[in-house]
Amino acid sequence: MRIALFATCIVDAMYPEVAQATVRVLRRLGHEVIFPEGQSCCGQMHINSGKFAQAEPVIANHVRAFTDTEWDVAVAPSASCVASLGHQQPMVARRMGNDVLASEAADVADRTYELTQFLTDVQGVTDAAADLGSYFPHRVTYHPSCHGMRLLRLGDRQSSLVRSVEGIDFVELPLADSCCGFGGTFSVKNPEVSSAMLADKVRTIQATNADVCTGGDASCLLHIGGGISRFERTGSFDGAPDVTAVHVKETSSTDAQGHTTEKLTTVVGADDDHHLTPGEQGTSPVEPSRSQSGFRVGQAAVHLARILASTKEDPLRVPSEGAEVSGGSLR
Amino acid sequence: MTFLGMPLLPSKRRSDLPGGQGNLIEAEAFPEASHQHLSNQQLRNNIGHATSTIREKRAEVVSELDDWEALRDAGEATKNEVMENLPEYLAQFEEAFTAAGGIIHWARDADEANAIVTELVEDNAPVLESGRREVIKVKSMATQEIGLNEHLETQGIDAFETDLAELIVQLGEDKPSHILVPAIHRNRDEIREIFMDKMPDAGELTNEPAVLAEAARKHLRHKFLTTKVAISGANFGIAETGTLGVVESEGNGRMCLTLPETLITVMGIEKLLPKFADLEVFMQLLPRSSTGERMNPYTSFWTGRSEGDGPQNVHLVLLDNGRTRALADEHGRTALNCIRCSACMNVCPVYERTGGHAYGSTYPGPIGAILSPLLTGVEEQGNGSLPYASSLCGACYDVCPVKINIPEILVHLRNEDVKANHSPVSSQLDAALTGASWMMGDGKRMTAAEKGLPLAHKVTGGEQINSLPGIAGAWTSSRDIPALPEKSFRQQWAEEEADRREEEGEK
Repeated sequence: MRIALFATCIVDAMYPEVAQATVRVLRRLGHEVIFPEGQSCCGQMHINSGKFAQAEPVIANHVRAFTDTEWDVAVAPSASCVASLGHQQPMVARRMGNDVLASEAADVADRTYELTQFLTDVQGVTDAAADLGSYFPHRVTYHPSCHGMRLLRLGDRQSSLVRSVEGIDFVELPLADSCCGFGGTFSVKNPEVSSAMLADKVRTIQATNADVCTGGDASCLLHIGGGISRFERTGSFDGAPDVTAVHVKETSSTDAQGHTTEKLTTVVGADDDHHLTPGEQGTSPVEPSRSQSGFRVGQAAVHLARILASTKEDPLRVPSEGAEVSGGSLR
Repeated sequence: MTFLGMPLLPSKRRSDLPGGQGNLIEAEAFPEASHQHLSNQQLRNNIGHATSTIREKRAEVVSELDDWEALRDAGEATKNEVMENLPEYLAQFEEAFTAAGGIIHWARDADEANAIVTELVEDNAPVLESGRREVIKVKSMATQEIGLNEHLETQGIDAFETDLAELIVQLGEDKPSHILVPAIHRNRDEIREIFMDKMPDAGELTNEPAVLAEAARKHLRHKFLTTKVAISGANFGIAETGTLGVVESEGNGRMCLTLPETLITVMGIEKLLPKFADLEVFMQLLPRSSTGERMNPYTSFWTGRSEGDGPQNVHLVLLDNGRTRALADEHGRTALNCIRCSACMNVCPVYERTGGHAYGSTYPGPIGAILSPLLTGVEEQGNGSLPYASSLCGACYDVCPVKINIPEILVHLRNEDVKANHSPVSSQLDAALTGASWMMGDGKRMTAAEKGLPLAHKVTGGEQINSLPGIAGAWTSSRDIPALPEKSFRQQWAEEEADRREEEGEK
């Protein structure tokens, strides 16, 4: 199949390695991948900000870029952008009185798939280890992004593929279906509410003790990774020690050799039994529960395309192995 | 003929229709209003605990029904049908209600509705020794919306809320923060203090729910038996029969609806259902969505008056207060389909962290973020920040029993806000979006812009970014930004393509 890669603006400019991983996975299945050079963005940033007039040229550019060349299907490593193509572009074009653009946009959207949607529905891939050679021997938790879950109805497509990677230790994320608080310009227009949502998301991720949190949307991972990095560096989201809803207690346990080990357990959420008293707030600051130096953004939150692309021959490495997340080229 | 206030003339512009008044308008913008609530850990705990409990109950009872999606479709279709033919249904309802012995009053806005109710109370409630009049009330969003209690107070009339949660809010001189659980932001210790402070004969109380409920019960009993006038809202009005209905959990509403001599109901004009049989669908949708119960404990219906039984003077104030204006908005009108179940608030991650007061309106949460601006008109009035009070995660749309596409209406209202150009001075974010639109409107410009990445990579030393100035500082106040790559994907692609062509040329 001749597949047109829609890299999306955020992956193109900030996470080129995610696009590379997507290309590797698609090529491994024997497809020819092309990159329509005129592409830029789906327009979601402008549409969700209510700027329909500014979105129109962005939508027109996307349609132009993807009708200039011949291809069978288009694939994007982002549920949010694919949802925007189908749900928003035609609506905005119509609202701008541009019915021709609306129908062209709908045509392009009809043939555009989110990566795991393509792998599962079109290719019938159910076992990433067998079908793609995916290998990632690490503890991984998964955040299903809102638009994939609720607009594209991806269901368990993403988590099933991640689970089927060889060597993976998959751990469920509590309250996985809560939004991470990114919401595009929401995080700039309502930064405090966004931070509060992010804080809860990061706490649940930390409580899983996973090496990385994966997901299918670079934008959410930018947000989550940025939050993890900030928290790991400073023990806080906003400069003040984080005490809001985390209850940290140290528990000791005895291992097989009879040694007592100290273990840091994070209890997430607060209910009637876990109200923090002012005294606790003053005396029990949260210690960063991982590395002293702190994670770099993009190390703890890793796009699932990179995990699917990771193989024994060309493995993706995580910080716990003493290396930054690395690995992966087009070849 | 009764003036229905409907947009019958095609030439009538939405902005010419009257906007709603009363408790519908944000006093301060959402980002600022949410600030103090976010730091109130007690409030966040109370709300988080309550919403997650109701959320789980709702999911459980909804999963019991195999035909839940069909019920939602039916609910949506019925409400759409009502909105498409609202003038006809209102006329039919008026005729049936009047034939059954009730009296209808039409109110264009909050002021008119308050004036009508005041006059009715003055005609039917005696002046007490204190020199004031008293009415008892059934929990009602419509009367909260128009600020009826506050208005009555200035007219020498004391309105006593009889719903337990509304009573807590009223005694605490507070405002409701949730449409189903108005005192959701309070815990039992706070309620105990309010009762001991404000109930003259409460005595010493513990914080046990049963003890607190019993105190309220004693406090209210005397009012039920002596007060001549009751005021209610209505969950449904049936056009076919002229019937009104109230759905509740405590039975206090039924006491108000049956014991006094005069019953005054205030109902929004959008609350109609065509036929009595439609209740089959809505009585499954509403309790499950709102309280997570298969059926609520008390459902009361009344059709006009019955000689010698129940209230003998039955009045209904049909309230517009911006509803025709909302109806005239083809992209927003389905917000009027709302049956006030509050399922959207219980799943909203924004509401869960800010509580209802941050929305500044009787209607908080996702539905409030669209309904309030639609009622007041986002174009030239306030409420401009409410449509932005959402991450567009879509959880609200998933649970809405009548399938209101709240995220899409939020985006529509943002567009209305942008078109109204409330802030002529462009913010940094607006300027950035304008620049991005130009750049992203052409892939070549995007390519050119990304050629700056090596420089940006160098400037930042290939390091992640922990602090940025200006509007971007809102982001870096709590999140780091990754190190910028040296090359964009399209640059890498172009280079690899060039290499490949060169290799092929050599062969």
